[in-house]
Amino acid sequence: MFKAKVNVTLRPSILDPKGKAAHHALQNLGLTNIEGVRIGKFIEIDVQASNEEEARGIVESACSKLLANEVMEDFEIQFES
Amino acid sequence: MNAEVKFLWHKETDVSGLDMIIVPGGFSYGDYLRSGAIARFSPIMQELIGYAKRGGPVMGICNGFQIVLEAGLIPGAMRHNEQLKFICKDVHIRVESTQSMYTSSLHKGQVLTIPVSHGEGNYYIDNDGLKELQDNDQVLFRYVNAHGETTPEANINGSVDHIAGITNKQKNVLGMMPHPERAMEQLLGKEDGKQLFESILQALAVA
Repeated sequence: MFKAKVNVTLRPSILDPKGKAAHHALQNLGLTNIEGVRIGKFIEIDVQASNEEEARGIVESACSKLLANEVMEDFEIQFES
Repeated sequence: MNAEVKFLWHKETDVSGLDMIIVPGGFSYGDYLRSGAIARFSPIMQELIGYAKRGGPVMGICNGFQIVLEAGLIPGAMRHNEQLKFICKDVHIRVESTQSMYTSSLHKGQVLTIPVSHGEGNYYIDNDGLKELQDNDQVLFRYVNAHGETTPEANINGSVDHIAGITNKQKNVLGMMPHPERAMEQLLGKEDGKQLFESILQALAVA
């Protein structure tokens, strides 16, 4: 079994209201060195496959079909070694 | 309104004999992942996509709009409202085009007062996509103030180009965030939404 770790993030050009709100709150906490916050999703996926390449194909398909909306989001897949 | 309505369960797969399909608002699958993202794969949606592609009229309201977007029937996507608040109030929307079955009996520039109730209604599309929407006259409604002006404050959720409702290129699929079905009776406060359904019925009767 393969364990995939997926990060889904909003494209840089897309406004992120949640990140903006968190950034604002951090500023209020005095963490004024923080210059920007972007919030995405972290997803762990267990896949049954015979090799990593096959597993990656399955996870990529999961991401582009459902887990990420490619109109405004990017995804990045990593496998636990 | 003297129209017969058939309720379709999400597991149904028969959409035959319908003059149009309305995908209503709500919070399908708890809005998990993204609004509409999971509902888009329910059994009825596969039939609905085929129905829409054959030219059948489909109207998505609120969560219904999010679902037809996720299904790729209309271009673009929904972000969280700019100010991160769930917005539940009456808003003003301006009729931008009467070149559709949904608005053919309305007047261009007409301002309707219709309630909204959503947390993710901040419409997004890239610049090329927006230009295409504008060039094809696909924007049917924009958020405006009471005087019909697109002031920054009138854009309640931060949508690109004040967009409140758009169609696909063929104009048989409409998605809109405001709820016209909640403005149907003066006795209950407002009835501007009725004009939209009257326009639809009239267009369907002619067709």
